[in-house]
Amino acid sequence: MPQVELRKRVIIVEDIFHEGGPVAATPYRRGAILSVIKNPFAGRYVEDIAGFSKDLEPLGLEMAEALIEALGGAAGIEGYGKGAIIGSAGEIEHGALWHAPGGYAMREALGGALAIVPSAKKVAGPGARLDVPITHKDASYVRSHFDAIEIGITDAPRADEMLLALAMTVGARVHDRAGGLKAKDIKAKDGLR
Amino acid sequence: MKARIRKIVTIVEETRREMDREITPPTRRAAAIAVIDNPFAGRYVEDLAELIDIGEELGQLLASRAVAALGIDGAHAESYGKAAAVGENGELEHAAAILHPKLGAPVRKALAKGAALIPSSKKRGGPALDIPLGHKDAAFVRSHFDGMEVRLSDAPRANEIMVAVAITDSGRPLPRVGGLTKEEIKGTDGLR
Repeated sequence: MPQVELRKRVIIVEDIFHEGGPVAATPYRRGAILSVIKNPFAGRYVEDIAGFSKDLEPLGLEMAEALIEALGGAAGIEGYGKGAIIGSAGEIEHGALWHAPGGYAMREALGGALAIVPSAKKVAGPGARLDVPITHKDASYVRSHFDAIEIGITDAPRADEMLLALAMTVGARVHDRAGGLKAKDIKAKDGLR
Repeated sequence: MKARIRKIVTIVEETRREMDREITPPTRRAAAIAVIDNPFAGRYVEDLAELIDIGEELGQLLASRAVAALGIDGAHAESYGKAAAVGENGELEHAAAILHPKLGAPVRKALAKGAALIPSSKKRGGPALDIPLGHKDAAFVRSHFDGMEVRLSDAPRANEIMVAVAITDSGRPLPRVGGLTKEEIKGTDGLR
């Protein structure tokens, strides 16, 4: 299988103090890490691509660890999500290769997480933006942690590239008050509630 | 703090390959962006002193955040730039008040030096800012002329101002258009 060729890496960290309401004692923190790599399957139809998922595992782990460090450590991280933008000479199926390595890397680096990792992906050109969905890492129905972070890079992905993203959050939305399951009430250990 | 800050965002970008060539060490740049209330939104105010002071505060805060995000000692920074976008209920002069009178001094302090003018851009509206970049000690260093695009999906709102400081530890990834090089800097007049 082809090796992973990394062109560029971007880390984004947002500290949100308020959104028109009371200033939070601890700001809500949201972050993403993006890697721009060469798409080894660009420009032609390749039937057998699944093995590239395995090749992406070390990159995924490295990204998860770097993002955790940028967000101040694994202990505070409660939400996560992932996404991919595939350059125009690739296909959406190439983005699907990120599901397993991206998700398992975050679970491993966070020392376990029960919920499915929400994701979004698309084929698009340089500068395209992607809204990466975010949910609570242990219980998908925790309403206070439903969120998204918009990501993108001016010069990526080029036609023969793919942009891979992981997102994590510390805390709930800054003025969380829409009810529903709360993080402190998680008990089923089924990844949902 | 005079500024009422809604959010602070840092972005670090690292380029490891360009045109199939490895970049060693990778070129790195960081931007720190604050989104603040515009105290003068929606009306004409003659005296902009409050925004000028906010500029000083943000210069210190954003430069230290950007340097920390790069994980370097401030003295090892090579280029810098600044920019502001004013939400639709403000005026361009509000960006000028934040950026020009007092923001630069604390930025230079965080970088130990900074003989050159800090290149800047400003606008009313959004959603993206192109922050111009130039070498911090000699504006004519050609390898360091660059720009960094930053954008936030939710800012600036109508009554807000988005203020950005960008700092790098390097120039463009594959500079080869000649001109003054960083090795030739005298660093006294801010130009060469």
